Amino acid sequence: MGGLLLMLLLVTLPALAADLPSLPKPKGEACIAANDVMRRDHPDMLKHQRDDTMRLGIRGGKASLKDCVACHSTADTAGKPVPINAEGQFCQSCHAYAAVKPDCFECHATTPTVKEASR
Amino acid sequence: MTELSRRHLILASGAILLVSPAQAGQPASAAKRWGLLIDTRKCATDCTVCVDACKSEMGLSGHDRPLTDAQYIRKVDVKDPATGNAHSLPVMCQHCAKPACVDVCPTGASMKRADGIVLVDRHICIGCRYCMMACPYKARSFAHEEQTGQKPYLPRGKGTVEGCTLCVHRIDDGRLPACVEACAAKAKGAMLFGDLKDPTSEIAKRVAAEATTRIRADLGMEPGVRYQGI
Repeated sequence: MGGLLLMLLLVTLPALAADLPSLPKPKGEACIAANDVMRRDHPDMLKHQRDDTMRLGIRGGKASLKDCVACHSTADTAGKPVPINAEGQFCQSCHAYAAVKPDCFECHATTPTVKEASR
Repeated sequence: MTELSRRHLILASGAILLVSPAQAGQPASAAKRWGLLIDTRKCATDCTVCVDACKSEMGLSGHDRPLTDAQYIRKVDVKDPATGNAHSLPVMCQHCAKPACVDVCPTGASMKRADGIVLVDRHICIGCRYCMMACPYKARSFAHEEQTGQKPYLPRGKGTVEGCTLCVHRIDDGRLPACVEACAAKAKGAMLFGDLKDPTSEIAKRVAAEATTRIRADLGMEPGVRYQGI
């Protein structure tokens, strides 16, 4: 029993030693689901919806990467949007902590549309 | 009357169809068939308004390499050698009813939406470029380099094929494709967008009443883009 506890401690220690990610404050009031659900299930939500949107043309779904970026991205002091996958930003800080590399932003925009009307 | 339809009424001064936005939560419908009618008699040789509008709408930035830079729409100058009769026509993805690019795609990334818009699902595109070979219209491009500055509504990245989406993000929003809007606003309004399956639409009436041509119609791929005056 003592050995098991010691082993558990040894396994969890490195994780405890790392600083928890500090996330920039989102713009919106509440996320589309509870934090623990989002942390675990956001890849599945996005993956499910991307096919609905892209292949079937269903718009206005709940889990949208565009909306994630719009809500969670921040602007620098000059008001210029900071890429969401930049150091210390929402996606990057947590993914760096979890040591998982997201591929989303090789294609997807990392900043929201600044001026919707200028399109 | 919503702001959206007012906007389209203004655009309709150039005899452009009014489109209604896709209903949220509803898939694209096979009852629609989006198409374009391009009047080459109104299309000037040196005019690149549609090409420029496309590039800025889609966030396409090139590397000054015309052979490999992404282009969703290009101007093609044609001339009848017998008579000297010359035309300039914009050529983009023709959104075929029987697209060769979809037939050859090994992963199913090249796909046709229910409403006839031919797209690349870049989530599963492996960048083999079979579709680029298969397309007789040279409509598709390959992203050779890492991309930056993408638009939120048009993700694009290295190693995948891309092409004209008929501005699907705008259509689903009830707006006109960027090239059509720009041509009506800044050029002579040579492009007409609409639903070919809706008999009351301007485009369906025009194609029913006037002579129109599909380029390389002999291939039997039934493009959704039609031309006049060639």
